[in-house]
Amino acid sequence: MTERKELLVVGNGMVGHHFLNEAAARGLTSEYRIRAFGEEPRPAYDRVNLSKLFDGKTESDIALGSREHYEKLGVELELDETVVSMDVKAQTVTTQRGRTFAYDALVLATGSRPFVPDVPGKELPGCFVYRTIDDLDQIRAHAASCKTGIVIGGGLLGLEAAGALVSLGLKAHVVEFMPRLMPLQVDDVGGAVLKTRIESMGVELHLGKKTVEVMKSGERVCGLRFADGEELEADIVVFSAGIRARDELARHSGLAVGDRGGIAVDMQCRASAPNVFAIGECAALAGKTYGLVAPGYRMAEVAVRTLAGESADCGSFDLSTKLKLLGVDVGSFGDAFGAAPGSKTISLYDGVARTYKKLVLSEDQKHLLGGILVGDASSYSELLTYVQNQLDVGEHPEALIAPAGGGSGKPALGIDRLPDTAIICSCNNVDKGAIACAIREQKLTKLAMVKSCTKAGTTCGSCATLVGDILKSELKRAGVAVTNHICEHFPHSRQELYHLVRVRKIQSFDQLIAEHGKGEGCEICKPAVASILASTWNDYILKAEHEGLQDTNDRFLANIQKDGTYSVVPRVAAGEITPDQLIALGTIAKRHGLYTKITGGQRIDMFGARLEQLPAVWRELIDAGFESGHAYGKALRTVKSCVGSTWCRYGVQDSVGLALRIENRYKGLRSPHKLKGAVSGCARECAEAQGKDFGVIATEKGYNLYLCGNGGMKPQHALLFASDIDEETVIRYLDRFLMFYVRTADRLQRTAAWLNNLEGGLDYVKSVVIDDSLGICAELEAEMDHVVDTYQCEWKTTVESPERLTRFQPFVNSNEPDPNVVFVRERGQIRPALWEEKQGLVEAGQVHLPVLQPALSA
Amino acid sequence: MYVSDDISEKRDELEGMKDLELSEGRWVEVCRLSRITPGTGAAALIDGEQIAVVRARNSENVFALSNFDPFSKAFVIARGIVGDREGTPKIASPIFKQSFDLRTGECLDDPSVRLPVYPTRITDGRIEVLVPSRGHGS
Ligand SMILES: Cc1cc2nc3c(=O)[nH]c(=O)nc-3n(C[C@H](O)[C@H](O)[C@H](O)COP(=O)(O)OP(=O)(O)OC[C@H]3O[C@@H](n4cnc5c(N)ncnc54)[C@H](O)[C@@H]3O)c2cc1C
Ligand code: HEM
Ligand code: SF4
Ligand code: SF4
Ligand code: FES
Repeated sequence: MTERKELLVVGNGMVGHHFLNEAAARGLTSEYRIRAFGEEPRPAYDRVNLSKLFDGKTESDIALGSREHYEKLGVELELDETVVSMDVKAQTVTTQRGRTFAYDALVLATGSRPFVPDVPGKELPGCFVYRTIDDLDQIRAHAASCKTGIVIGGGLLGLEAAGALVSLGLKAHVVEFMPRLMPLQVDDVGGAVLKTRIESMGVELHLGKKTVEVMKSGERVCGLRFADGEELEADIVVFSAGIRARDELARHSGLAVGDRGGIAVDMQCRASAPNVFAIGECAALAGKTYGLVAPGYRMAEVAVRTLAGESADCGSFDLSTKLKLLGVDVGSFGDAFGAAPGSKTISLYDGVARTYKKLVLSEDQKHLLGGILVGDASSYSELLTYVQNQLDVGEHPEALIAPAGGGSGKPALGIDRLPDTAIICSCNNVDKGAIACAIREQKLTKLAMVKSCTKAGTTCGSCATLVGDILKSELKRAGVAVTNHICEHFPHSRQELYHLVRVRKIQSFDQLIAEHGKGEGCEICKPAVASILASTWNDYILKAEHEGLQDTNDRFLANIQKDGTYSVVPRVAAGEITPDQLIALGTIAKRHGLYTKITGGQRIDMFGARLEQLPAVWRELIDAGFESGHAYGKALRTVKSCVGSTWCRYGVQDSVGLALRIENRYKGLRSPHKLKGAVSGCARECAEAQGKDFGVIATEKGYNLYLCGNGGMKPQHALLFASDIDEETVIRYLDRFLMFYVRTADRLQRTAAWLNNLEGGLDYVKSVVIDDSLGICAELEAEMDHVVDTYQCEWKTTVESPERLTRFQPFVNSNEPDPNVVFVRERGQIRPALWEEKQGLVEAGQVHLPVLQPALSA
Repeated sequence: MYVSDDISEKRDELEGMKDLELSEGRWVEVCRLSRITPGTGAAALIDGEQIAVVRARNSENVFALSNFDPFSKAFVIARGIVGDREGTPKIASPIFKQSFDLRTGECLDDPSVRLPVYPTRITDGRIEVLVPSRGHGS
């Protein structure tokens, strides 16, 4: 293996964190050994939501990274380790502990520091800034002995800090040097409305005041003195007078910096020395620094892509913001001040409701360029969408901000009108198409799921309504808008049908649809009901009354392949197989001319069997001691195992033995979707148990049980459910867990998706399965015992029934094999002939193709 | 090769005169009705033509359409799941799950595709299918 190059990331704040995520997602970790340095004692957290720590949220609620997370990404993290110097010639950095690291690439993500104006007394005990968790802890500790607080600075952060003081029970003052609040985001009228709103909340505002001194009494702060000679008493002062990029490292090592600070970078975030990048608040792009998270995230992505050798460009940033300041909604978006030449303004000031809304329109009044909202920002994301997508605002743009019920024919911005390329979440740069696609493909039904899958709405939250609208619209399109009905034939969810079947003792689809549904059924409800009937009563699934319910796989007990032939997978429990069984498989496959391949589930799949060959193949398999592997069913598939303590020098338990016991216990169990399990003999986890619906990992003292993982399209790790439990407890918990899942999951919902949708999540499952909080454990165990006791090998039953075997005839009126099934040889085995390869048969008249007709348009 | 358009245009007419022998086609016996489980289909081979014979779940209605799935190019329609969509009786291909109207052969998920359909009748408990006679066309 070649040595990986060294990539160092200085700063583990929001943007540094985003960089690490993106770098891992793009596979930079295979080219680089990535190491990140953070000055703060904790991994990255969501600074945007810092103030939530004063409204009951905890540190872990706002955490972004964790040691485990970075470990998973394959990134090393050094916390509480400030980088103090860098040498761009030697390509090294040195930390405060005197350690020196060489780099092949260096990313600076050092953020900003709060700007504290140089007034006498600014260092006194009782003076704080508002940027980190530590700052907040100190403010909280000091505030305990205080009555009055002053925030210096009436910008976005200052008002947030004032809110924090109020929530700590202090009387709060805000002192602003400019004559109005939020001078960067809001105009005069907006500022005035904001002022009256904020004052009505008990925060006193002092505008146009220049602080000249922090006064002290003893060694403590006691107030401020202003340039006009006035004084204001307080026992705590928070500076929030703006931020300054942390570019000191860069300055000292001779990197270029912007005129107003910040490490100068180009459109690819490259600083002026080779292999050095700067991203986030510390970077000055075209001389400008950005104090918002969205531009920082973009820079992180651009830097990652540049490092990966792709072309990427920062482009221009959207500096729109929406905040709730002390309970007052404020939004500022696009060209809020009407800077574009010829732009026109419409504004609406409502003195009663104390709201102010302003729209800036293009010269031709067709497009919205920007605007300001104070007091009611509910239309923020909608308006921002007009701006970002240059949508036509129609004849009456004023209607966009008219009070509800004004009757002025507001041009409703149906989410459906937006193009797929419309950016919905600017923080995370997610467009409508991506959100809609995730909803459709991953069958998401809740806002929380959409957020976690797409990241949209997870940063500032302002786009959440739009994301919700997309969800509603997609669900409606999929026909599941307000219902969780399984399909048009039953006004019930799968869970309700399960309940009906069990409680009303319903034995057949005909009975269920007659009593609780309508119509004939379809390919959605029929297999779902078949599965419910099978999980509940465990009948032979090919009883005549169930036959028409099954997908072809279940109907013919084999997996259909693209050419209409089937594959056969006998059970090889735990992957343990004797030489004689291997020989038998080989002999049978050879005799019937089948293609063989090892599956991902530690068994052997035999492909290319025509319908009429299946019974003969199975008769021979059964004679050789094999059983159905249920690879065709939504049922337990395999319980994979490593070789365990019997052979492996690391193993601490007999993983094969336990896997055998588990697989043999649950084989044949029908479930809402396929189920896979695994058992590893020690923590090295060779059986990949954490990627399965249920996984068991042996420990010195017993077993750890993991639940609800899966591989496939959207892999998810299983979660630790119980530690160091004994074998009997493993089985007991599995009985209960599996039956609980079978009872409550939706159709085709694997355990991971089921868990993600389950209110209360893993803790809830624990309470049900371990603590029996619903009082159903005895029932669940009895149901599982019934399934275990009534197990039959479906193939054995089938080959013993002459009546059933008629089903495997190729044609009801002929035993001639399907002439369309043709194989060619490749790598010593058969494969289905391509369509082109079969043309000759058609020409020779051996295969008759129907003449397909265009549908009549009438 | 036969031209099945002829028969399709005559479909409506044919419904009304099922028991008439038509000069273009002939009734072919396939199997006993009881051979096909209600709500399922089975393939039949008639003159080298693969035909899916489908029995309704709750009645003696029997439908016949081509067994060829144009989406996968495999002869598998008879192995699909039978049901209805808003009252239209249909069968879903087992490969990629497109549904076909059992009465007209029209693909409900892609109306530009339509499978040939064949009239059926039940005589003395046996299913018979009207297949066009070969001869004209090729
Ligand atoms: C209270 C508050 C509210 C906010 N609200 C919003 C909002 O609503 N919307 C919005 O878009 N933005 C908001 N922001 C701004 C947003 O938090 C920042 O834009 C974002 O955090 C910038 O990320 P960053 O990684 O560039 O900097 P930071 O998150 O500051 O991270 C930089 C990290 O690097 C570390 N560091 C610095 N130098 C070194 C060194 N030499 N060695 C090692 N480590 C070092 C720092 O300790 C810090 O942890 C808010 C900020 C605050 C404080
Ligand atoms: C048409 C769809 C699919 C077919 C025909 C199919 C078929 C199979 C078969 C036959 C096996 C071998 C299983 C065994 O030994 O019993 C297998 C294994 C596997 N399948 Fe699928 N599969 C399909 C879809 C999926 C999907 C959607 C996922 C992901 C969610 C998936 C993930 C896997 C995995 C991870 C294995 C390996 C199992 C293991 O290592 O334990 N498959 N598949
Ligand atoms: S998981 Fe442990 S016991 Fe099993 S094969 Fe790997 S190292 Fe051996
Ligand atoms: S990964 Fe795709 S191609 Fe491969 S077996 Fe699964 S479904 Fe088929
Ligand atoms: S726009 Fe900020 S989270 Fe989506």
